[in-house]
Amino acid sequence: MKLLLIAESREGKLLGGTYELVAFAAKMNAESVMFLVGDEGVLPKYDGKLYLADGKTVGEYNPDVHKQLVLDVIAQENPDMVALSHSSYGWDLAPRIAYALKAAQVSEVVDVVGGELVVPVCNSKLRCNVKAKTAKTVVTLQAGAFGLSDEPSGTPVVEKIVARGGNQVQFTGYEQAASGGVDLGKAQVIVSAGRGIGKPENVAMIAALAKALGGEYGASRPVVDSEWVEHNRQVGTTGQTVTPKLYIACGISGAIQHLAGMKKSEFIVAINTDKDAPIGDVADVLVVADLKHFVPLLTEKIKSL
Amino acid sequence: MKILVCIKQVPDMESKFKIDVAGTWYAKTDLAWRMNEYDEYAVEQAVQLKEQVKDADLTVLCIGSDQVKETMKKALAMGCDRGAHITDDNAAGKEPFEIAGIIAEYAKGKSFDLIFTGMQSQDRGSAQVGVLVAEMLGLPSVSTVVHFAYDGGSVVAKRELEGGIKACVKVQAPVVITCQLGMNTPRYPTLPNIMKAKKKELLSIPVQDLLKIDARQGTVKMYFPEKKGGGLVLEGDMAEMADKLIKILKDKTAVLA
Repeated sequence: MKLLLIAESREGKLLGGTYELVAFAAKMNAESVMFLVGDEGVLPKYDGKLYLADGKTVGEYNPDVHKQLVLDVIAQENPDMVALSHSSYGWDLAPRIAYALKAAQVSEVVDVVGGELVVPVCNSKLRCNVKAKTAKTVVTLQAGAFGLSDEPSGTPVVEKIVARGGNQVQFTGYEQAASGGVDLGKAQVIVSAGRGIGKPENVAMIAALAKALGGEYGASRPVVDSEWVEHNRQVGTTGQTVTPKLYIACGISGAIQHLAGMKKSEFIVAINTDKDAPIGDVADVLVVADLKHFVPLLTEKIKSL
Repeated sequence: MKILVCIKQVPDMESKFKIDVAGTWYAKTDLAWRMNEYDEYAVEQAVQLKEQVKDADLTVLCIGSDQVKETMKKALAMGCDRGAHITDDNAAGKEPFEIAGIIAEYAKGKSFDLIFTGMQSQDRGSAQVGVLVAEMLGLPSVSTVVHFAYDGGSVVAKRELEGGIKACVKVQAPVVITCQLGMNTPRYPTLPNIMKAKKKELLSIPVQDLLKIDARQGTVKMYFPEKKGGGLVLEGDMAEMADKLIKILKDKTAVLA
């Protein structure tokens, strides 16, 4: 089995998922080659062949150009499987490659068991084992599902490739997240509100518990999307990654994007009515309760200590 | 201008799921159903575009059994002009490539200027369908969009990347846009609009008329993941749980010391 690993970089910086691709190849016991549009000066540690397109020439991610570059490498290497991160880059590019290859695409793979690819369904509440029926397969890997046991090592053998063909989608620039305001990264205690708070008025009780514990309050994505809490308090993939001494998740079911932003906290408490919510997988203590009753009670008891 | 928005009916994710008899998907009984959350943003954006350009015709497409008509009615009440119901009692058994193939076959030759989809479904979550539809129709596509603006055939969109960064792109219609959460504020249908929606055209098209490709993958089995957490579960009396939790926080963390 031969794998083509699609590494990812942004503005010349290598992104985190690259070594997870290498770990996946190791798990599959497969030989691999790597593809990267990036900077020659910032190469991944990798013991193998790297097809490198110069990021400065090619520019930031453009679907048509990257697809053609990948297809050129596939024509040369004829891999059985193409692996990408399940990221905004990977999930955008993968279906384009799969379509061109007449290949099955299996998204957000979290494990491989007996040759079957394991994927999450319904917010990780369920899992499916999936098998491709095509000669080639394209997979995207869930962030954090595959890790290297050792530090990555090696220097890749670089083969430079050049882009050809036009593009229909024109990249015009990045917009950075608004900065300023609260810095959750510095908080020792974070109490976060999820969809389970029900209405914007209930943000106050989350903030009150955070204050009683000398910390800050945060929120999961749905709460921020509803504009009940400002974006600079969002914890998760598209918000902040935090590692406080104590993280209390209130009414947060535990979507993978949220878990990625808080699961390395030192101690995690979840307050949720659903005993089976995925947040329970990372929580040190799961309190099965309606937060609207439990949180004010807990706050009062802490205040009177 | 012709606009297509593709939606899916999914169970409420807070539901108690059970595995079906075949063991390859969740059982469809005893579930509350709703519009896929990502698709609500897609419908809203499509309706806003229709309101902006005035002279537009907006079709909402949904694949599934008769049950999905309820969800289609919501989209019609939000402002879609007509429904295209692709009747299929086994939509859940179809993989993303087949679903995209059905949509592309429907859209082929209809000259849609804009096609909106959610960036993924809440149940299967492959994030493939919208981009595949575009590839099949030979159209450009922009995925994971959180901001959309249209001006005379030209689209300016912002893609959401990791870490709160957005990539700004420009593209000419016709184009497929896949919508990320937070893109807009989906409207609640008003009562008069719900009444009007009942009179709107709802086409019924058998899936076999549109399905011309074979599945490229199959599900071997579905199951509940093993619980990883060795965490303590507290249940019962509120006050007792609060006292227990405070004791644990005193013992295990420094924050109450």
